[in-house]
Amino acid sequence: MNDKNSKLTSIKELELKRAQIIAERPDVATISVCCGTGCQAFGGQKIAKAFVDSIASHGLQESVAVKTTGCHGFCERGLLVVIRPQNILYQHVELEDVEEIMNETILKGNVIERLLYITSDGTTRITAEEDVPFYKKQQRLVFGANGYIDPTEIDDYIAIGGYSALAKAFSSMEPEQVIDEIDRAGLRGRGGGGFPTAKKWKSTREAHGEVKYVICNCDEGDPGAFMDRSLMEGNPHSIIEGMIIGAYAAAANSGIVYIRNEYPLAVKNTEIAIRQAQKYGLLGDDILGSGFNFNIVISRGGGAFVCGESTALMASIEGKVGEPRAKYVHTSEKGLYDRPTVLNNVETWANVPLIINRGASWYSSIGTEHSKGTKIFSLVGKINHTGLVEVPMGITLREIIYEIGGGIPDNKKFKAVLTGGPSGGCIPESLLDLPVDFDELTRVGSMMGSGAMIVLDENNCVVDIARYFLKFLEEESCGKCVPCREGLERMRQILDDISEGKGTESHLGILEEMSESIKVGSLCGLGQTAPNPVMTTLKYFREEYLAHIVDKKCPAGVCKSLVTYNIVDENCTACRICVKNCPAGAIEFIAKKTPVVLHQEMCTKCGACMDVCKFDAVEIR
Amino acid sequence: MVTLNIDGREIQAEKGKTILEVARENNIHIPTLCENEAVAAYGACRLCMVEVVSGNRNRLVTSCLYEVSEGLNVKTQSDKIMKVRQLVMELLLARCPNSSEVKEMAQSVGVKTSRFEPEQEDNLCILCSLCTRVCRDVIGKSAISLVSRGTERQVALPFCDDANACIACGSCVQVCPTGAIKMVDQGDTRIITWPNSSHEFKMKECQSCGKYFAPEQQIEYMMKVSGLEEEKFNLCMTCRP
Repeated sequence: MNDKNSKLTSIKELELKRAQIIAERPDVATISVCCGTGCQAFGGQKIAKAFVDSIASHGLQESVAVKTTGCHGFCERGLLVVIRPQNILYQHVELEDVEEIMNETILKGNVIERLLYITSDGTTRITAEEDVPFYKKQQRLVFGANGYIDPTEIDDYIAIGGYSALAKAFSSMEPEQVIDEIDRAGLRGRGGGGFPTAKKWKSTREAHGEVKYVICNCDEGDPGAFMDRSLMEGNPHSIIEGMIIGAYAAAANSGIVYIRNEYPLAVKNTEIAIRQAQKYGLLGDDILGSGFNFNIVISRGGGAFVCGESTALMASIEGKVGEPRAKYVHTSEKGLYDRPTVLNNVETWANVPLIINRGASWYSSIGTEHSKGTKIFSLVGKINHTGLVEVPMGITLREIIYEIGGGIPDNKKFKAVLTGGPSGGCIPESLLDLPVDFDELTRVGSMMGSGAMIVLDENNCVVDIARYFLKFLEEESCGKCVPCREGLERMRQILDDISEGKGTESHLGILEEMSESIKVGSLCGLGQTAPNPVMTTLKYFREEYLAHIVDKKCPAGVCKSLVTYNIVDENCTACRICVKNCPAGAIEFIAKKTPVVLHQEMCTKCGACMDVCKFDAVEIR
Repeated sequence: MVTLNIDGREIQAEKGKTILEVARENNIHIPTLCENEAVAAYGACRLCMVEVVSGNRNRLVTSCLYEVSEGLNVKTQSDKIMKVRQLVMELLLARCPNSSEVKEMAQSVGVKTSRFEPEQEDNLCILCSLCTRVCRDVIGKSAISLVSRGTERQVALPFCDDANACIACGSCVQVCPTGAIKMVDQGDTRIITWPNSSHEFKMKECQSCGKYFAPEQQIEYMMKVSGLEEEKFNLCMTCRP
């Protein structure tokens, strides 16, 4: 097929194309192999190829298909393989398992018990993907398609109804109606700010000027956040479709996807997707015969965290230093190259086709009063089920952490969850029943942010955590405005002092006072939210700060200056494993059956002895 | 024209002007460190922040960037603002402990000492970016720029070394509010010292009196920009007819 006649010139041709794709696809068994970035590290591509080879050697090409998909979400159990139509979920699949899966499951229809998910109490094995607790409570409206489509195949996306929202918008909706639909749906920006999406579109539409832009912000840089990359990698067409609809509504003809270059797979899959969409005439001039022209280019970011901020991002696209500016004139009126610009986050764009297809009233029935729809969170830290979860707004933190996330590993005690990334807040156990939405998280001093949820257990020290994130932001501050550039460094130095036992009670007052002024005095969102981890930990965990300051103790045993490692004599068997592993030579073997001796003056507190001891004979005091 | 209120005073102002401009026209003092009429407002020092009340909303804005509007109610001295200004000056005082300009500004907002440990004793640069903005936006050379992020940020030549784009005009020196960039003319040589490097530039001799009157690169640049021949630049200011 040459480029010319592959172009779809009308909505009817799109529908014919869809019918043709579906008709040409035999109803065969599908082996869906997760090839998201996480599962690729487990050899996703190799395993997928092994399946393809095995299918060929069995001569099953006609009846079994392999699909290399984007991230399925349950990253902790990677590599994930799902056999459809039965939806059998196999976890931790390795190359050696391929033949067994082929022989047992594909050929004989048997389920391989050892590859199934086992409940945390170890009693039950679960076969179907949808019955696994991790997936059961989720509502995977935006993210769900990831497990079904090959992101490099536009036909896969079209087969599951892709670009039908665009067709609907073109055929039956004026741009204003599109904006109205998004408005009534109550869609708010998923990048963190939670600004009403329709409002942005409307003001860009109404702004003066011929040239207008839409931008997709895929500069996700929060430590622990990977939902945008996974969407971009796994379902780029949903974002492209959203952008075309948004551009149609906002009267923009140029689109830019800003992706950080550390996301090579996202860059690659987006490039492929744009090319394919152009080939089908879904991007370019006179899209589907609508008379609407729109195209997208990729702009790769250099990895500065601050470039996720809209004005810094636009400066970066313009080839300038990624520095934010004051937004008293909104970017929707004066954005990229001073032209009216709509900037939305990856997940926001991916929600758009859904709303257009299924309608505002359906969409707004999900979620809470002021936060509609679902939100994808990356669940990381001290949690059993690390991965990406999509849940309806308003679900409680407890449900996310304990039911979907499977609770805290090793029966440790939950301490806090940090939502909203490095500039989010630490939410304590007493607030676990908090319904998760934009406003509730802000109310308790945290924020939605882009959706990272970092779970902390009793072995995490809040002073250390606050210090870690402040250090991250200090290093990522662009350095333009004084409170953020100088203030964060000074706050971090105070936290250094506290964690080294040099803190004073007056430090807490200084930290609070600085936090307040940096919050209101900084130029952009980075500085304005940077004090959040400090403020919330001071609010909810003040006693832990005081333990560092007054008792010179780190209750979690993290701050090295305040802990000592000690040998528990009655447990020590003098096995010498600690002696061998101590890099400082601080542990002395005395004699058989005599406890070893740890020389404190030589100890570097690296914790190696504690890690290797099999008899609980090393403790932190 | 719009009517607004600054610190209890009803003021008529031209639309499109910033709060800072209007305040100055009306002799209301708002401190600044990164503002200069030669270049566009930048909003980095945060000293000029003021409190703006509109309806129930009350927020801090940068007066050098925020435009006046009808009914705007501005407070230039509220507690919240003073706390921001004091923190900014305390931070800058620790950054540049021996800058007389910083000390003076700190005192004017009520800061005598800083609670923070002073950094390098000889640092005079507050990173207001006036020098780099003037070099880029007024001179059109971008010979110096800001490099690195956060506290690592500094004013620098490319690779802290390459002065090829510099015409030694000295605008950066003139505009620097704290004297962090130094310039001396010694005979046929002009020496400019930025916070992390120093460069020598050759001066041109006046064909009449023999005085060295301007850097050669600057003359070349002026010839290029103006399209005038070299003989127009042979004489110093005093010897010109």
